[in-house]
Amino acid sequence: MRSDKQSRTPMGLKIAAGLGLAFLHLPLLLIFLYAFTTEDKSYQFPPPGLTLKWFAVTWNRPDVWEALGLSVRVASISTVVALVLGTLCAAAVSQTRFFGRETISLLVILPIALPGIITGISLRSAFNLAEIPFSFWTIVLGHATFCVVVVYNNAVARFRRVSGSLIEASMDLGADGFQTFRHVILPNIGTALLAGGMLAFALSFDEVIVTTFTAGQQATLPIWMLEELVRPRQRPVTNVVAMVVVLVTFLPILAAYYLTRDGDQISGQGK
Amino acid sequence: MPHAVTFQKVSRHFGSVRAVDAVDLEVEAGEFFAMLGPSGSGKTTCLRLIAGFEQPTSGHIEIFGETAEGVPPYRRNVNTVFQDYALFPHLNVADNVAYGQMIRGVGKAERLRDAEAALEMVKLPGYGARKPGELSGGQRQRVALARALVNKPKVLLLDEPLGALDLKLREQMQEELKTLQKALGITFVFVTHDQGEALSMADRIAVFNHGKIMQTGTPEEIYRRPKTRFVADFVGSSNVLSPAFTRRLGGPAEWASLRPEDIRIGAEGGHEARVTGSSFLGNATRLTLDMAGEKLTVLLPAGSAVPAPGASVRFSWEPSALHLMGTET
Ligand SMILES: Nc1ncnc2c1ncn2[C@@H]1O[C@H](COP(=O)(O)OP(=O)(O)OP(=O)(O)O)[C@@H](O)[C@H]1O
Ligand SMILES: [Mg+2]
Repeated sequence: MRSDKQSRTPMGLKIAAGLGLAFLHLPLLLIFLYAFTTEDKSYQFPPPGLTLKWFAVTWNRPDVWEALGLSVRVASISTVVALVLGTLCAAAVSQTRFFGRETISLLVILPIALPGIITGISLRSAFNLAEIPFSFWTIVLGHATFCVVVVYNNAVARFRRVSGSLIEASMDLGADGFQTFRHVILPNIGTALLAGGMLAFALSFDEVIVTTFTAGQQATLPIWMLEELVRPRQRPVTNVVAMVVVLVTFLPILAAYYLTRDGDQISGQGK
Repeated sequence: MPHAVTFQKVSRHFGSVRAVDAVDLEVEAGEFFAMLGPSGSGKTTCLRLIAGFEQPTSGHIEIFGETAEGVPPYRRNVNTVFQDYALFPHLNVADNVAYGQMIRGVGKAERLRDAEAALEMVKLPGYGARKPGELSGGQRQRVALARALVNKPKVLLLDEPLGALDLKLREQMQEELKTLQKALGITFVFVTHDQGEALSMADRIAVFNHGKIMQTGTPEEIYRRPKTRFVADFVGSSNVLSPAFTRRLGGPAEWASLRPEDIRIGAEGGHEARVTGSSFLGNATRLTLDMAGEKLTVLLPAGSAVPAPGASVRFSWEPSALHLMGTET
């Protein structure tokens, strides 16, 4: 009876899973495929021929480098800002008891639940009101709103596990606040911060909506791609860039996944 | 020589909760001092006041003659063995034990040597490379002890360190702690809610209730001459007799304490009562007696004849066994 059931259900499940995966990943594969097409005006299927020349063309386009450079800088700085602010928020919320703690916690998480377009519009009007000109820093600010949440969420869970008594034990053994942070808190939340930071970087790197509202004339890589699609010059260049974006964002997410998983195992042993 | 710890009218209130309420306390240098009391009586808060994790709401604390208020925990020559041990999960046992010296800037070779010596002292030689997660509860407890002792504190605070251990291990650790304390000559302040533990280990005991110290004294004094009903009842579950009952048993009209093991059951003499229940404890049998509505507990040594429930018996005691506690309490 039981083995019967087991051998029957997976068939339907397998098909469903296969379809799901295909639905998720076929478009990706198509993007990759058209990075190699010889035809650069329209996406006809199948591609008339395959070539590697678009990689060279992309390499030699200064606007690609500019957009990539901007994106990397924005993502890095947003991540650093998020790491500092997110850790501090997490520390405050998990280590101390104060009036309105739950509310603060909710308020920190809210930006990621808000649609990006709301965040974007509100930031834009805030910048206008304060007469802050759009610049690199306005983009960073926009991105920091959701990057902080990602870091905070990762850190707060781990912070809760660094029980109050570990911190007291460290103080009891002669360590002041800074030494306790360095020798007890940081080693325990390190992987969570790394994971949060990587996720934040990946999120920032491919963000479009908030960026369109907070950027001036500058184009981050995703914005550049959007513009390219609207008025194509050498279409497959966009596909090559897309492949790079997939790699740049996918690898940190994968790493973050493994890091937090290992972290759980380590802290599980410490019980 | 100043006292190891002195409390002068120390209070610690949390809002309306008087966790510690006007406590006067003197712990002598080199003694094994136990704080005994029921849950929520303020023992841990007292310990945290000594360690520096809490500041008194009012009153004055001295540690070896030096004012303690405002001194942060990391500047006090006091170490704590926490109830949940609080070993650092990311460090191995040796680094856990060496943590205090690492913070103080002692070289790696030296501090690891000291850590190994401390581990030997708590009978865990060669365990340095393990992670705390790979140890049993009893072993973790020893590591926590080594981690505190390696810093040669002037006062060692222990918050129910044996609470999580099974009975056999517990008795063994009681012995070892006592021996260790005598050998090192360090002042121990030991928190427990187990009266047996306090009686067997401590040089002196402070009995806590509702944030106040009810009585301080040697185990003998606390057990034989409880000052209040609460102490008599909490330490050794004595029979606490109301003034009227004491009177009926032939004493003055005062509160009195009569230890269950001091009551003898016999055929003649004394007073008559009815047996309402008995329970076998292994090394003794506990009888409950009813004397016209008043309840009494009696502990019969193993081997004596146990009267059946419902039977009528006569009971008596040595005159010195009846301890009077005045009319007030
Ligand atoms: N940080 C705090 N905030 C508010 N109330 C507290 C705090 N710490 C302790 N209390 C209260 O103070 C009282 C004494 O607590 P304490 O921990 O000292 O008791 P205890 O004697 O150690 O009890 P136990 O045997 O259960 O450990 C309790 O009523 C407790 O609820
Ligand atoms: Mg306690």
